[in-house]
Amino acid sequence: MLNIDKADIVIIGGGITGTAIARELSKYELDVVLFEKAPDIGVGSTKANSAILHAGFDAKPGSLKAIMNVRGNKLYHDLEEELGLDVKWTGSLVVAVNDEEMETLKELLERGRTNGVPGLEIISREEVLAKEPNITQTVKGALWAPSAGIFLPFGAALAFAENAIKNGVKVVTDCPVEEIVTEGGKITGVRTKHGFVAAKYVINSAGVHADEVSRLAGDDSFVIKPRKGEYVFFDKKVSSMVKNVLFPTPSKVSKGILVAPTVHGNIFIGPNAQGVEDKEDVATSLGGLGEIIAKAQQLIPNLPMGAAITQFSGLRAAADGDGDFVIRPSTITQGLIHAAGIQSPGLTSAPAIAEETGNILRSQGVELKPKANFDPVNPRKIIFRELSHEAQQELIAKNPLYGRVICRCETITEAEILEAIHGLCGARTVDAVKRRTRAGMGRCQGGFCGPRVTAILARELNVSVTAVRKDTAESYLFFDKMTADSKEALQ
Amino acid sequence: MSDLNYDIAIIGGGPAGLAAAHSACQSGAKRVLIIERDRELGGILQQCIHNGFGLHKFQEELTGPGYASRYIKLVKQDAEVEIMLDTMVLEVTDDKTIWAVNPQKGFMQITPKAVIFTMGCRERTRGAIRIPGFRPAGVFTAGAAQRMVNMEGYLPGKKIVILGSGDIGLIMARRMSLEGAKVQGVLEIMPYSNGLTRNIVQCLEDYDIPLHLSHTITKIHGTERVTGVTCAAVDEKMQPIPGTEFDIECDCLLLSVGLIPENELSQAAGVTLDNITGGPVVDQQRQTSLSGFFAAGNVVHVHDLVDFVSEEGEIAGKYAAQFAAGTLEAPVRTIAVAAGDGIRTVVPQKIALPDNPTEAVRLFMRVAKPDKKVTISVTSNDQTLVERRFPVAKPSEMIVVEVPAAKLLNAGEQLAVSLQSKQGGEA
Amino acid sequence: MAQCVKKINCIVCPLSCVGEVTLEDGKIKEITGFTCDRGNKYGEEEVTLPKRTLTTTVKVDGGELPLLPVVSKAPLPKDKVMDCARYLSTVSVKAPVAEGDIVCSNILGLGVDIVATRDLGVFSAN
Repeated sequence: MLNIDKADIVIIGGGITGTAIARELSKYELDVVLFEKAPDIGVGSTKANSAILHAGFDAKPGSLKAIMNVRGNKLYHDLEEELGLDVKWTGSLVVAVNDEEMETLKELLERGRTNGVPGLEIISREEVLAKEPNITQTVKGALWAPSAGIFLPFGAALAFAENAIKNGVKVVTDCPVEEIVTEGGKITGVRTKHGFVAAKYVINSAGVHADEVSRLAGDDSFVIKPRKGEYVFFDKKVSSMVKNVLFPTPSKVSKGILVAPTVHGNIFIGPNAQGVEDKEDVATSLGGLGEIIAKAQQLIPNLPMGAAITQFSGLRAAADGDGDFVIRPSTITQGLIHAAGIQSPGLTSAPAIAEETGNILRSQGVELKPKANFDPVNPRKIIFRELSHEAQQELIAKNPLYGRVICRCETITEAEILEAIHGLCGARTVDAVKRRTRAGMGRCQGGFCGPRVTAILARELNVSVTAVRKDTAESYLFFDKMTADSKEALQ
Repeated sequence: MSDLNYDIAIIGGGPAGLAAAHSACQSGAKRVLIIERDRELGGILQQCIHNGFGLHKFQEELTGPGYASRYIKLVKQDAEVEIMLDTMVLEVTDDKTIWAVNPQKGFMQITPKAVIFTMGCRERTRGAIRIPGFRPAGVFTAGAAQRMVNMEGYLPGKKIVILGSGDIGLIMARRMSLEGAKVQGVLEIMPYSNGLTRNIVQCLEDYDIPLHLSHTITKIHGTERVTGVTCAAVDEKMQPIPGTEFDIECDCLLLSVGLIPENELSQAAGVTLDNITGGPVVDQQRQTSLSGFFAAGNVVHVHDLVDFVSEEGEIAGKYAAQFAAGTLEAPVRTIAVAAGDGIRTVVPQKIALPDNPTEAVRLFMRVAKPDKKVTISVTSNDQTLVERRFPVAKPSEMIVVEVPAAKLLNAGEQLAVSLQSKQGGEA
Repeated sequence: MAQCVKKINCIVCPLSCVGEVTLEDGKIKEITGFTCDRGNKYGEEEVTLPKRTLTTTVKVDGGELPLLPVVSKAPLPKDKVMDCARYLSTVSVKAPVAEGDIVCSNILGLGVDIVATRDLGVFSAN
């Protein structure tokens, strides 16, 4: 049972936005509770995207997207250090293959400079080919943005959450908010399956469900129109295919289908863009996958499709209207603050959105008194496979479970899996372990380690194997055998 | 860092590794180490609780564990063999240093005189064949599910659809039925099943499980747990035919869509791989392109009869022992072996011809498509060295053709193995 | 005289010969197509009283592994295989077990024993 009956601030939604806000607010003397409906944080759009820290030349000057993107990009440099984030400042290229596209590059250059993006320049065909030998021979030039980077969005959300928890925030997963209680147009609290939590301020960072949460509080001022994007991921062994983030020249609707590296050495292609009605629709499709492969091959003709290891898709939480971020207090319900409509460049913008949310709270009369003992630093995680042989030997001598490799493809040890389960924002599902450790992300896609991780979770959480879930609330993996004397009904 | 000098280190304690270890001892090796990542020896055999193993080797139909037990007993009686369980090899370098870890000994640096790769294979995944749809719980590769059912004691689901009609898929169709689950059907993308006919009979027909040939899965449904699959017929290019889709309700999809030799360690060590088998290029002694590195079993090419796996293991063990003792004869010349018309793969891909060859070389091959009344010829410089007739030839059943030692002397720089068909086309 | 010809895929060995069994008034008149005695016998049995070997697992009490693989020492009547499997799902044996140990004698009165196909030791905490 939850021992929380009141809070100063309730955050609804534990994605990159909600966790960044939690971390920001943990700097102050405030009682903050974050409710996340899924068994883990960051399982919505946060775990299914291009993982790019955008430079910021794409968004319309003066828009929230433009302002938050550039500010957020800068903030990640500090956060990288403090929280031990996995970031690579690779730079990005917007590739033009004809004269019209070259003109568009000039527009992006101008826009970027207006937005305050540093280091932008248009480079020649030869320079592009020198950077990316595998790129299409039809390349004419590219916009080079050195301030772009790639990172681990889920890792960042987890780091935000862990630091927030360390500094006093309560993060409650497996807990949808069922009701936002108002009295005379003012928020008085929220209700979940655990009971009522009195609070005056609710931050709506509920991703694709932000409009539903808003309506719970009586505010129907915006609608989220989800847009699905599909991805194909490739084996690390083809990582030399591309070094920088490659964008095609963008259209009005989307940044286009990229070919890019990930911070851990995989390559991916995607996303396409397709409006969907059903907010649960994260299915990949034959047509969609075909589309992204065809488009990606226009950038990198020799795409090694035989090295593809997995596909998935995510939803962009796009708000209606001009599609800009919705970061403002509600004009209908007092105490409700929206951090909604966070589509691209949402990941990059998250720390800036968190800052802005703090500003909005101040403007609402909330006192943000800095915490004396705020600790901005997360301890570094032990990554066995990155250590020297001597360090590995020392580690195993102290804890023999570093000597049992559970995930062969990524060399993840049992001790690291235990860390993931018993950490500040511990893993309770197989995919939660996967996101924290990489166990199951390799070429066998959990074929070898999956059953072992399941058994470890059952043991550590003290539940039966049949109670272990893959990712979502009801995603049970295994069933007890049906014995002739059991009451199991068969078809 | 402990220093461990062995004559031979064998990576993988399944049927290939066990046979190699025993054979190495018979051939004079004094210190043989088997490194096994699982909690016991036997490899994949321990979960293959069905029978049909050992017809050639033992003239008996054993179960997988029964076959494994024969070799485990032999190896446990060999005083020269040391076994490390629960031990994972992290890296093998071309100077024959093996870096391995286990909870008891920690980090180990093992330095044998010869290395035998017997790591077996892994299963092809959903991601590798790009089945669209959701990613719910309940999608498993057939082998992983087999382990859960037969060794851990849990069911992957209660209403099953199986993709792939190779033997693993067929065996799991029967196994799940025996466990009380309902197997809704087996889908096979090819127009014929890759499994043994005996398995079609006793795994599908016996249980009234429909087999849909020339079909594939175009979507997996279910946001949390599998709720069903959409299937479609495929054309000659194996592409789904629009309009032929139908749905099958299920809570579990088992994938039996191929095995891939597990060569991460061998490749990282610098061994040359064969693109078609997926395993190292080896000679008839099972030595790879790296001197002193041998390989046998599924890691070289995927087998269907464990008897041949044991034979390969025995060969590798014998010659690895000679290598470790410094008595392995240097070849006089090397003959390349190429897969010609009608043949998909041949192992070994090279013959290291000794001075005065006395041993026949057995060529293990797979034909490209099912056929009847075929003749397989081994030729060199337009000369036919060996010709064998087979009433039936299927890609799913490995064929062995023996080339006598005397014939090897007449061979030029390359042997070509090819198939001529009297009937032509599908069996 | 009612005659019927049954096509039988032999499952005795991997050759998978296809034979034909001709029945007249329910009695076997002719068996052709099989290439060995075992095949002929299989063809005959398959039409009169088809049998199958059963392999499955039983639970283990206190063993180093939770399940023990077992096999029927002789083939069982095909239409009783499922019943035998369901019965064995309720059976539990105590470790240690030796390969060949009888786990269930004369299963369901069919005159066939079910035996262990491997050794299984007692669970140890190490």
